[in-house]
Amino acid sequence: MLEPLFFNLFGGLAILAATLVVVSRNPMHSVMWLIFCFFNSAGLFFLLGAEFIGIITILVYVGAVMVLFVFVIILLDVNIARMRAGFVKSLPIGGLMALMLFIEMAAAGVSGVFSSATMGQAVQFGQEVNNTAEIGKELYTRYLLGFELAAVILLAALVGAVVLTLRSRKDANYQDIAAQVAVKKRDRLRKVRM
Amino acid sequence: MSILEIAQQAGIWALEILAITVPVALSVAYITYMERRIIGWMQIRKGCNRVGWAGLLQPIADGLKLFLKESIIPSTANKWMFVAAPVIALVPALAAYAVIPFGETTLFGIWERKHVMAIANLNIGILYVMAVGSLAIYGILLAGWASNSKYALIGAVRASCQMISYEVSMGFAIVCVLMLAGSMNLSAIVNAQAGGFWHWYIIPLFPMFLVYFISGCAETNRSPFDLPEGEAELVAGFFVEYSGMWFATFSLAEYAAMILISLMTSIMFLGGWHAPIPALDFIPGTVWLLGKTAFFIFVFIWFRATFPRYRYDQLMRLGWKVFLPWTLIWIAVIGVATYTPLLSDIVGFWQPWR
Repeated sequence: MLEPLFFNLFGGLAILAATLVVVSRNPMHSVMWLIFCFFNSAGLFFLLGAEFIGIITILVYVGAVMVLFVFVIILLDVNIARMRAGFVKSLPIGGLMALMLFIEMAAAGVSGVFSSATMGQAVQFGQEVNNTAEIGKELYTRYLLGFELAAVILLAALVGAVVLTLRSRKDANYQDIAAQVAVKKRDRLRKVRM
Repeated sequence: MSILEIAQQAGIWALEILAITVPVALSVAYITYMERRIIGWMQIRKGCNRVGWAGLLQPIADGLKLFLKESIIPSTANKWMFVAAPVIALVPALAAYAVIPFGETTLFGIWERKHVMAIANLNIGILYVMAVGSLAIYGILLAGWASNSKYALIGAVRASCQMISYEVSMGFAIVCVLMLAGSMNLSAIVNAQAGGFWHWYIIPLFPMFLVYFISGCAETNRSPFDLPEGEAELVAGFFVEYSGMWFATFSLAEYAAMILISLMTSIMFLGGWHAPIPALDFIPGTVWLLGKTAFFIFVFIWFRATFPRYRYDQLMRLGWKVFLPWTLIWIAVIGVATYTPLLSDIVGFWQPWR
């Protein structure tokens, strides 16, 4: 009885929040609605019994990605009037893309590939089956190669981003903490006989 | 399930939540008293000792004063966000307590089996604490942005940089604990450390214990990492425009986060509710857990009275160039030791899953 109620609650709020992301005039409000949308989608994952994915959604998207969004919006002075200027011009293209996406999703939905008969129902296990441990076992045995490849690509992207933005200024004074710590008393103090 | 049963369940949940949030709010009030007395003692002066016996009613008087003060909203502020920010800061600080296990009890022998004293004994408890803890930043960011003030904005930007940087090394320190305990359930982590202080994770993970606790100081913006509210240059940082009850909400969130870090440190590194030697088990476990937590809160206050504030570049250096490599090395050390023939017997002593 409670499950459909919560499904409708989370789903409805997610759609509402996603709409408000697009409609809001203030970019900061948009970001807040997007965060609220992520929370509701995490709630849907919890209802499916996928608590690991739900928590990771909050941890990664809300806790890390959106913080950077907020950060950028705070630091950039976003002019809303200028952003809205091209709205009518790009409306047909955007509308067309939305329509195509809608047709694709509707076609996929009614095609029968994702119907409950062919997909197989997810079995609800009790608390003794640990989702996290099972995901870990699959990820580190069957999908190890893909997992490690993804990790290496991410590392390469990380190093690339650092290399692109790293600029060391020659004229700035830097602190050499190792040298500071290594200083002995006799380097700095001199006894003067008066 | 009938409506009556749902109402009954909701009532039980409400009582459980009250049983944790009310003591947290009270202890926050008395930690401010403790802080003022301890710093006074460390600086050879009295601290507050006028209201009530030995100043014990001072937090009540302070709370009443803040409650009765006028809340001012700046005319150029974004009103909705300005009012929402303190609440957004407080909610994650309190929500994280939902998974904290405060001990195991049979309720004086009424239950046959021991039950864990937590609102939710989640399988992914530690991830939940991390996820909810990472939300604390929004209250600060929103407060800084919505105030429409330069000092507040600089404070918020500093806070977000600092919290993102230190979250990384905190997460890696937790990974080391998980590699030993083999579970993300907080009560399982505590029970993995049962049987005396030589089973506690502070012994194999001593560097990680230091990293976690110091990063916790940085996460809660406590001194010596209180740059976001550095009063010498930013007046009060991100909450400079707040007054009255909204101001008090921010300090409530800060102190609640401080208690949470102390609790998590005791649970992950100091054996939670287990006594240091099994002979002392006659003292209830909750007393041990709260005693260890109280010690860490004292250490927070001790830090504040002892250390000067970090410079910003030093803060970033400590997070990225000192703590992060240390945690990565320690993960490798534990991982290699687990699968090396002779070393695995040593590390295996702390790994109950083997």
